[in-house]
Amino acid sequence: MNNGLIQRILLLRISAIVLALFLSAAILMMLSASPLDAFSLILSGAFGSWAKLAYVMTAWAPVLLCSAGLLITFAAGLWNIGIEGQVVMGAVFATGLMWILQDSFPPSAVLVLAALAGLSGGALWGMLVGGLRRYGNVNEIFGGLGLNFIAGSLTVYLVLGPWKRPGIGSTSGTEPFPPSLWLPPFRDFQASPIEIILGLIAIASVAIALRGTHFGLQLRAIGKNVKAAFLKGIAVDRDIFLSFGLCGGLAGLAGWILIVGTSARHNLYPLISSGYGYLAILVVLLANLKALWSVPISFFFAAISMGSLQLPLQRQLDSSLGGVIQGMLVLSILVIHGIRSRWLRREG
Amino acid sequence: MNYSEHSLSFVFFLSSMKVELRDIHKYFGPVHANGGVTLTIEPGTLHGLLGENGAGKSTLMKVLSGFLSPDRGEILLDGKAVRFHSPTEAVALGVGMLHQDPLDFPALGVTDNFLLGSPREFLLDRKHHKSRLNELADRFGFRFDLEARVFDLSIGERQQLEIVRLLALGANVLILDEPTTAISAQQRENLFDALHQLTEEGKTVIFVSHKLDEVKSLCSKVTVLAHGKVTGEAATDCPTEELVKMMFGQALTVGKRCEVKLGEPILELQNFTLSDWRLKVKDLFLKVRAGEVVGFAGLEGSGQELILRGCAGLLKPSTGRIRIAHQDMTGRPYRDFIEAGVGYMVAGRLEEGLIAGMTLAEHMALTERNPPFFIDWAMTEEKTSQRIEAFNIKGQPTTLVEGLSGGNQQRALLSLLPPQPKLLLMEHPTRGLDMESTEYIWRLLQARTQQGTAILFTSSDPEELLDRSDHILIFFAGRVRMMDTCGASLFHLGELIGGKGFE
Repeated sequence: MNNGLIQRILLLRISAIVLALFLSAAILMMLSASPLDAFSLILSGAFGSWAKLAYVMTAWAPVLLCSAGLLITFAAGLWNIGIEGQVVMGAVFATGLMWILQDSFPPSAVLVLAALAGLSGGALWGMLVGGLRRYGNVNEIFGGLGLNFIAGSLTVYLVLGPWKRPGIGSTSGTEPFPPSLWLPPFRDFQASPIEIILGLIAIASVAIALRGTHFGLQLRAIGKNVKAAFLKGIAVDRDIFLSFGLCGGLAGLAGWILIVGTSARHNLYPLISSGYGYLAILVVLLANLKALWSVPISFFFAAISMGSLQLPLQRQLDSSLGGVIQGMLVLSILVIHGIRSRWLRREG
Repeated sequence: MNYSEHSLSFVFFLSSMKVELRDIHKYFGPVHANGGVTLTIEPGTLHGLLGENGAGKSTLMKVLSGFLSPDRGEILLDGKAVRFHSPTEAVALGVGMLHQDPLDFPALGVTDNFLLGSPREFLLDRKHHKSRLNELADRFGFRFDLEARVFDLSIGERQQLEIVRLLALGANVLILDEPTTAISAQQRENLFDALHQLTEEGKTVIFVSHKLDEVKSLCSKVTVLAHGKVTGEAATDCPTEELVKMMFGQALTVGKRCEVKLGEPILELQNFTLSDWRLKVKDLFLKVRAGEVVGFAGLEGSGQELILRGCAGLLKPSTGRIRIAHQDMTGRPYRDFIEAGVGYMVAGRLEEGLIAGMTLAEHMALTERNPPFFIDWAMTEEKTSQRIEAFNIKGQPTTLVEGLSGGNQQRALLSLLPPQPKLLLMEHPTRGLDMESTEYIWRLLQARTQQGTAILFTSSDPEELLDRSDHILIFFAGRVRMMDTCGASLFHLGELIGGKGFE
């Protein structure tokens, strides 16, 4: 890539960020809050102390994993909206396995097996979306959305039913696991490096696979022109199925982290996916399929998410303003991108 | 409500319309589809427009019906110069076109389709419109179920509906582009009766076709187009040979491939029957031997693509068998055909052939059979460079395919075919190439046939078909005839393409 191009891209991104901040500030002013105050609260909420940074890391890892998965499905031109459900099913499978094995195996073995269980749970849920698409002619957007609801309802059923806490059944979740089944903190820092490393490895592997393997190349070919890909003899159906499985697997791993992560709640509760899957969709949209871009973007998003939790604590503002800022950011970038390609077309 | 009575009166009483085209030019990129066409069509007549594939007939008629705007030239209706910016404007001024493939809305009902394009009316009076539709259909002896969805109608019925719709909109000039390709003999008779009746009522009808007999029997006058220019005008009682000469020129091209050594049968079709939504090719028998080249001739959409795709394993025959190198491949998936040594090249370069957004090297990597897990980019780029040189492509391994010119895209497609296939199936292998490149490509292809590759190809250039094939299959509305090229003349081929011997 030449320097001019990089400069142009950077300029575009920066102007989009400025636009997003401007729009968010406008909304904050409508709520008669000071935008500067809110932004600085979010910043200090994310980076104000080591403990806060640890929370950001805890949010970053699942978003990284989900982004890695979505890079695969996006490359194949698929909208895996079902990623939320895949995260949930990863958490459900991991929890279930830990319930069964926690007394009969050493904790480290249980953790590793739970990771594999989470991975398979997510992969299964992802392949279900692929199967519905292939054999039931159900568009992956609708199939995924439906399966998200089912996964959500399943957690409610489990939490209030078979897995309820002894004595009380409450939507606050299942009985938390003991600290021996948590990922170990890094000295005093309440986030395990394992989470972040897993996420980074996932992104790097996907980046390498998309660029350097025949499977990745085939997925990109499918995403760009499915007819031509088929005529070239690519097993389109198989590859699409696999990409859903891989994406679901990575999402399931994110679900595992939401159970065993150092700063996690260590139990299964409804809505455990916390919108991290949807957040990752925004990340990948912004990264525009450039795998490595999704690393800083997802960190930034995790910081906004965690930082905005300070808004209701310190001011009478809702923490969903963080989501508003993220949404504005994505919209501004897409709009600026769209306007640019219109210009390019007009120039011919 | 008022307007519809008004448009009915249009149908009954409006006088006929004279059409003049003056020096019409139309370019598509470098292609000069219409090179200064001047044409007068007398009011109230049935005028034939005859020409081979790519002669520029459809382009000219799309210009006349407001679908395309001419790059130069004038359209006069009853002596008044007009300029259309859309088909709607053309219909409003009285010119309506029936396209080769019906441009209707299959998912909607018959009445809904009839009403499309009608002047706006806030609340539809369906009962009234239905009776209007009924009346018009009756008048021309058309019969279709008003309650049906267009999807369930035959192509012939859809044409009838479209004719009635255009008439109701007030069309005084009706253009029909190759209307008889996909309809039954009975429907064709109905259609011709209706066209006669229309001219009796004073409408002007332009009948576009490549079928000599139909034009001769139906029209009073015919204009012949070739290579985008008018090559002749005649009353239709002139001898057929004259018309063929106007269509194909005086060229003395004669098939030269007489002594080709042929090997084992590579492709065998038995009772091969294939159909799509518009036509059916029935009980085809074909045997192609190693080293043989078979050309598919005929109007585009007469069944050539169907059979080619059937041979590639992309379409499964409803009956019959297909063997490739003695192996029964009937019903096997497309990938098995690739494994068996079948190479297939499509006509749509950026639609189905190449993948926009990917480089030549990436395309090369995609064609690799049973690849290892990781891509060896260095080796792939080297291989790509070799092919770029061998096929004379103006580009680098890192060039995105959409950045190549049309001719280079065509060469890129050819370069991506497997190097030593048993059977090559090609749609328009040299379309968009200049003479020199065409010659070059055919030399490469013929070198392959000498090593035993059998080639099936479609082309809309009769000279190419005659020059390059050992046999030609002529497709005519789904029917097929075989012709030996050795010593055959262009004139003979022209007659067959025009339908001689098919009736």
